[in-house]
Amino acid sequence: MFAATVGATGVTLGVLVFLLGYIAWQGASSLSWSFFTHLPAPVGEPGGGMANAIVGSGKLLLTAALVGVPIGFLGGVYLAEYGRGGFAWWVRYAADVLNGVPSIVIGITIYALVVRRMGHFSTLAGGIALGLMMIPVSLRASEEFLLLVPDSLREAALALGAPRWATIVRVVIPAAARGIATGLLLSLARVAGETAPLLFTALNNRFWSEGWSQPTASLPVMIFTYAIAPYEDWHRQAWAAGLVLLMLVLGTNVLARLWLRGGAARAS
Amino acid sequence: MNRAAVAGAPRVVFPRLALRGRRRFADPTFRLLTLAFAVSVVVITLLIAAILFRQSALARARFGWSFLWTSTWDPVALRFGALPFVYGTLASTAIALAIAVPLGLGAAICLAELLPRGLADPLTFMIELLVAVPSVVYGLVGVFVLVPIMRDVAAPIQAALGFIPLFGGPAYGVGLLTAAIVLAVMIVPFIIAVSREVLLAVPQTQRDAALALGATRWETVRDVVLPYARSGILGSIFLALARALGETMAVTMVIGNRPEISASLFAPAYTMAAVLANEFTEATDDVYLAALVEVGLLLFVITLLVNGIARLLIASVRSSPARAAA
Repeated sequence: MFAATVGATGVTLGVLVFLLGYIAWQGASSLSWSFFTHLPAPVGEPGGGMANAIVGSGKLLLTAALVGVPIGFLGGVYLAEYGRGGFAWWVRYAADVLNGVPSIVIGITIYALVVRRMGHFSTLAGGIALGLMMIPVSLRASEEFLLLVPDSLREAALALGAPRWATIVRVVIPAAARGIATGLLLSLARVAGETAPLLFTALNNRFWSEGWSQPTASLPVMIFTYAIAPYEDWHRQAWAAGLVLLMLVLGTNVLARLWLRGGAARAS
Repeated sequence: MNRAAVAGAPRVVFPRLALRGRRRFADPTFRLLTLAFAVSVVVITLLIAAILFRQSALARARFGWSFLWTSTWDPVALRFGALPFVYGTLASTAIALAIAVPLGLGAAICLAELLPRGLADPLTFMIELLVAVPSVVYGLVGVFVLVPIMRDVAAPIQAALGFIPLFGGPAYGVGLLTAAIVLAVMIVPFIIAVSREVLLAVPQTQRDAALALGATRWETVRDVVLPYARSGILGSIFLALARALGETMAVTMVIGNRPEISASLFAPAYTMAAVLANEFTEATDDVYLAALVEVGLLLFVITLLVNGIARLLIASVRSSPARAAA
């Protein structure tokens, strides 16, 4: 029977290796300098790149961080430091619910809230949608790492005469900083790959989008658009974009986890 | 009250400092600041539910409950029913679970019970990386690798078993089974990661007791460890189910996007998330848009329920594993 379980592990790992290897092979053969520097070519014409998508993704993630990091981090501070009693339970439950909401439903909400009000699709709307998705992960990570800080540190700060807010800001948060930063980074990496909420908030754009109130291209949406299109050249560009996105997301994940482990090893 | 809420707060007693002047307000202000952000999480979640409810009002008024069992999806005549999407979502997810659960559970058992930690830890790390792969990348591989394979594989299967409705109809490569396979690949790492944690949490004393009574290692796993971890594993399956229900991009790219209920595994289908992704920006009428939002509301409610059940199952393991296993 154990042989069957080993087989199951083998199949799963085999799929992983095949997945990463195939994307690396297809993507690497399609990557070129023009991919990073050129705008998309007119429909049906070969050539062009995804420079606007890369910049667009960057802008979206910046906006998302501005929305998701304060709420997640400060909400986590509240839960960890003041979170006794019933209301904290509701906050945690709400974060769980928010985590389970399908990303496309969040897109609908932001469409109704932001896009309808503004009258057009925008980078701002897309960034807000991604930011909402960041909240549960960053909230949970912040709370968890703040709770890991031993009470003796808080008591020592008190004994030195610090008020409560200074204890938290000057002692507890710096002690948990590495873990919190890792959690925030991981939540950012997660939303970097999200496509569905952008489909009707940031839409897409074949040119540069100025500022924050125009629709913008983004890597995941471009992959989706190009992959289901009939043009061979677009398929190759979709693979290249897929490789870039995958490397960004997986790279951030691996680096963040290694950074976290390095900190834990040094602390013990 | 939730035990975690009480246990989580620090047990340090912060005295009220007798400060004067402006320094008196620093503590309450800071607390209010963090409280405001915590409240905003609750507000956001309630807002999502409220908006879904409000924006679907037109469709709910016109179709009522029949929206749930009508299978017409006619944007021209403005007659909408969500049954094809509910069917597509449930069928693709059910088949995906049927594939993913044995694989995932088997791999979790292997990683938790069989392999030495030195080998299991890096392998688990790699499998957990799969959880982080974006959905659209899975879709990319699905469209260009799996769909041609399914087209080639379907021909001999249909030659042999085509008379059974389950395998009938023209096989385009895209379809229900293709989407189910892609979903299975996406949720297997999730099941492995959570199930492995649950299995590792089973106390070693249980295993030792079984071995002392003469059980083989496999009998220990089958008759002692697995029943003990049963609730947690069920919880992980429900979590994976909730994840698969909301999966949009990979499914949209390989399911064929046809709002029809068919008995065949090879037939194109449609899921709730996929119809939202494809048709939301093309909805020409207010009722059309409201019907789509109602599909979104349905999806929201279903995932809420499934997530709730999953949390209950996992919580029951944490609070009293012995009672949960009984």
